[in-house]
This record gives sequence, C-alpha cells and structure tokens, in this order.
Amino acid sequence: MTATQPSPAPEAPARRPAPSTRTVKAVRTAGGLSLRIEPRAALSALLLLAVILAVSVVLIGSGDFPIAPADVVATLLGNGTAAQEFVVQHLRMPRVLVAILVGAALGISGAVFQSVSRNPLGSPDVIGFGQGATVGALTVIVLFQGSAADVAGGAAVGGLVTGAAIYLLAWKRGVHGFRLVLIGIGVAAILTAVIHYLLTMAKLEDATRAVVWMTGSLDGRDWAEFRPLLNVCAVLIPLVLALGRPLRMLEMGDDAAYALGVRVERTRIVLMASAVVLVSVAAAAAGPITFVALSAPQLARRLTRSPGPGLGASALMGAALLLVADWTASNAFGERELPVGVVTGVVGGVYLLWLLVTERKAGRI
Amino acid sequence: MQSRRQRLSAESVTLSYDQRVIARDLSVEIPDNSFTVIVGPNACGKSTLLRALSRMLKPTQGQVLLDGQAIHTMPAKKVAKTLGLLPQSSIAPDGITVADLVARGRYPHQGLLRQWSPEDERIVQESMAATGVGELGERYVDELSGGQRQRVWIAMALAQQTPLLLLDEPTTFLDIQHQIDVLDLCAELHETQGRTLVAVLHDLNHAARYATHLIAVRDGEIVAEGPPSEVVTAELVERVFGLRCQVIADPETATPLVVPAAREARAKAGAARMPAS
Repeated sequence: MTATQPSPAPEAPARRPAPSTRTVKAVRTAGGLSLRIEPRAALSALLLLAVILAVSVVLIGSGDFPIAPADVVATLLGNGTAAQEFVVQHLRMPRVLVAILVGAALGISGAVFQSVSRNPLGSPDVIGFGQGATVGALTVIVLFQGSAADVAGGAAVGGLVTGAAIYLLAWKRGVHGFRLVLIGIGVAAILTAVIHYLLTMAKLEDATRAVVWMTGSLDGRDWAEFRPLLNVCAVLIPLVLALGRPLRMLEMGDDAAYALGVRVERTRIVLMASAVVLVSVAAAAAGPITFVALSAPQLARRLTRSPGPGLGASALMGAALLLVADWTASNAFGERELPVGVVTGVVGGVYLLWLLVTERKAGRI
Repeated sequence: MQSRRQRLSAESVTLSYDQRVIARDLSVEIPDNSFTVIVGPNACGKSTLLRALSRMLKPTQGQVLLDGQAIHTMPAKKVAKTLGLLPQSSIAPDGITVADLVARGRYPHQGLLRQWSPEDERIVQESMAATGVGELGERYVDELSGGQRQRVWIAMALAQQTPLLLLDEPTTFLDIQHQIDVLDLCAELHETQGRTLVAVLHDLNHAARYATHLIAVRDGEIVAEGPPSEVVTAELVERVFGLRCQVIADPETATPLVVPAAREARAKAGAARMPAS
C-alpha cells in the first residue's frame, strides 16, 4: 500500500493529525479483532430486550388462569407449582415464543427490503409477499381443505413463489429500489384479486377459516408451530445480520458498493431470498400479520438514530411490537379477545397514512 | 511503447450495453503515477471506458488487466484495495454524518470480526484532513453544500487507500469555483501522494490544465493520447468535438486553452463544407 502522509493542508495550521473526537467507537481484542459499537444503538437494543422480556412475563401471566409476574419468573426458573408449570410450559410459552420469532422475522425482513429498495414503503406487506402467502394458504384451505400444517406449508410456498416472481419482474441489469416497490404493489393488487376470487369460491366453513387465517393470529400456537420457525430463524437471522455491512454499502448505490468491493448482485439476492423465506415462515406460523415489517425498521431507526434501517434493532423492535400488539389484542377490549392482526392492522393503517404524507412532503414519492 | 506494462490497462476490449456496442477492439494503458483525463463529446464512450476500467462493466470481448491479472477474475475486495472509484452518482443514506460516510471507505480492508482497527481510525482522519473536511466530521452529509459533499465523497474514496483512483465526472453539477476546488484537490492528491488518477471530464480546458496525460475519445475510439501540450491542437478539437477553434497558451499556466471560433466564422466554414458533405 502507499503510505499516505496526512498532507499538511496549508490553510489549517491548527489542525491536529488525530483530533480527540473519535469517528467510530469500537471494542478491540488483543488478537487484532474489533467490533464496531454505536453506543446509542447498543443502548436501544438493551432497552428493547428489556421490553421484550417484561412483556413476555406479563403475557405469560395473563389469561383465564392469571399468574403473578414473580410466579411466572419462578416457574420459568423451574420453581412453580404443577398447575403453573403446565399452563406456562404448554399453553403460554409457545405462543409468546412464536410471537417473538414472528415479530423478529418480520422486523428484519422489513429492514432488508426497505434497505434494498431504499424506500420505507418497500416492505414485504406492501410489495406483495403477505398477499402471496395468503394466496398460498387460501388455496390449501379452499381447494384442498388441508390441515393446519398444510396451510402453513401453502403460505410458505405462496410467499416464496411471489418473491421469485417479483424478483424476476423487477430485474433489469440488477434490481432497483423504485422499480421493486412499483412492481411489488402491482403484484399485490393482482394477488388481492385472487384472494377475493378464492373467497367467493369457498364453502361457508372454509371461508370462515380463511378469513380467520387472513387476519393473523397467535391464538393456540404451540410447540408444533414454534419448532420449524425456530429452525429457519436460527439459520437465516444470523446470516442476514452477517450481511448487514455489505447491505449498508449497497444503500449508497450499486456503483459505490461495487467500488468498495461488495459483490452487489450476489449480496442482494442472498439477502432478499432470506428475507422472503423469513416472511413466509412468519406468515405460515401466524398468518399475514401486517404493519410490523413496515414500521419496525423505521421505528428502530428513529430510536437508534443510525443512518438506514438497522437489522438487529429492527428484529428486536419487531418482536417487541408484536408482543405489545398481542397484549393489547388480548386485554384492551374487555372480555372480547381480538386476533393480533386486527390491532396491527389498525395501527399499521394509521402509520401507513402518516408515512405516505411525510414521504410526499419530502418529495420521495 | 512502454518497456514495462502499466498497472491498469484494457486489452482490445469490446464494450456494450445489452446489444448496443459502444466501443470495439479498444486498447488503452493508463500510465502509472499519471493524472489521466479522458475527454470526448457526449455519448462517445468515455464514461463507458471508465466503467470498464473499474470492472463495473464487463467487456464482451478482451479484458481489463490490473497488475497483470484479468480484473473480472479477481476477488472483489482485492480489487477494491487497489482500485478506487468515485461514481457519478452516489446516494448518501439519510441522516449519515460525514465521519460515518468517510469511514465506509474502509470497507474492503475490514471483515466481520475486524470491523474497526486503529489504522482505520487514523486513515479516516487523514483522508478527511487531506480533503479539507476534517472539521465537518459530526455534520450531516445532507446539510452540506454541493462542493463540500463532493469533497466528502472523495475523502471516502481516499480512505479506501488505493494507489489507483478513478473519478467519473467529479465536477459535474458543481459551480465553477467548486469545480476548480475539486480539480485542485485531485492535482494535490496526485502530486503529494503519488496516486494514479483517472478522471472523465467534460471541460476540455480543465482537462488541458490539470491532466498529465490526456485521452481523447470519439465514437468509441481513441483519437489521440499523450501530454495535453502535444495532444490539444485546433485540428484535434475539430476532429473530436467537431468544433472550429483556436488553441492558445493559457495566460495563467501556459497549458493549451481552447477558444471556440466566433459564430460567423463557424457558420462560414460550415457553409463552405456543406456541398462536400
């Protein structure tokens, strides 16, 4: 390498070669390893983890058989009564864990798509993956009267096929942000028509089942839903996080990323494929829950004040949001328990309007 | 011509977008330690040539060689440690600070477990100082002026620490004072740090004043190359740009200065030429 001299700029004699303000904070080990740390992002992550833990304890404790938070913690540590043990282990734990993973999967894939499309509207539930998963699930429900596991499989396949179709349609010497969003919205509109068509064909009981599925719900989720979800998340979430650095470079444009040595198209396709799989398995586990993928990255970004949607923070934010929404759905409306999708749908609609207005003001759409 | 091969060269490359061929069988060598400027009329293929040299466009035939290796077969990060590029348009992410953006130039030198070494820190500071944005570290990129922003992007390219740096129209969209500012900076980087610079420029007079080596391109072919004092002549300007002009000595630097012929003179010449063409 050329040894760069800090060329003495003539106009600034007062400039020191190394000012006291460090540009980037990092922790370093003796072996030359180093990790970048953004203090505010790290603090936000801790805060979100605390929220996730707290809401989880409250959620596990609430229901027809209430358990005090202290007892929930005791039970989780293995010191509860047999009844508490049963309720926590078999009824409420899996549901909370499914909520955490679904929220995290939605949050991180929303961050990937918003980053790739460089557009806060470019999230999976706006550009057609949610609708794709719904078409898949409804096909199984309406045409084949399949089991719950078949429906989950149908949703996953629907999401994946839609992802591949949108990628191919949007590909023209690389996938670009605005084209991806526009094509996605078009595909979403077509799929919505297919959903309505399937509903009109359905027998009454199938239609009821379809509508319940479409709302998105965490009711009665047990270990059978949790395990496949965990397997996929355990592989793909670390993979996506590991690709976070090249993804940040991509935000500056393909040329700039190329110049920095990012394998642009390969990075993008791996990230997008992972995000599509995550959205699809989330939909398979809990139905097409809207709003989380759209809002979690933006909320996380405002909390961490880092440029661009952060992947880890978005995952945590997604999990926290879904837990809070689930608690609201179960408790805020008196006796009547709502599916979580209703709550996220209402809040998400308001958020989407706000986003459209601010984006319009900023001249981005 | 040269006894030793230069670090960056294109060997009879054919460059095309989809089916449209921009240049056929083009060969060029970038002299080491030069400040090479590529000039030519719009759509002559000069930016395409730069994209090929920076491996962003893969030639349909022939190859670009970097240190004797075909650039398209080299690992992306290895190329990025040797060859930097300032693209024509880059997007500063919303709410990014100057220091953060410049720090991204260190990407090819980093890894998943080596994200920020003391050396990264030092080089980022130096790059910001060298481009005169050392005081702006905490500022947001979107609140800077166009000239400052271009300096920040150049600082990012410098932080990449590449002996070769390619710049695609670095002065476009800047007003004249900032254009000169950026070109002064390039000249300084070339002189004090001994980097090889290759820039595409629109303004022939800027090119003639700053370049140590000039490449004139027309219709995907290299019409002339060499030091500006030898290359920039009235005949060449007419041949490359189709413009009648005088070339005089720049009163400031004595480099060639292109002065377009008056409108009447050009109209007369055009009329005289008409029957022939």
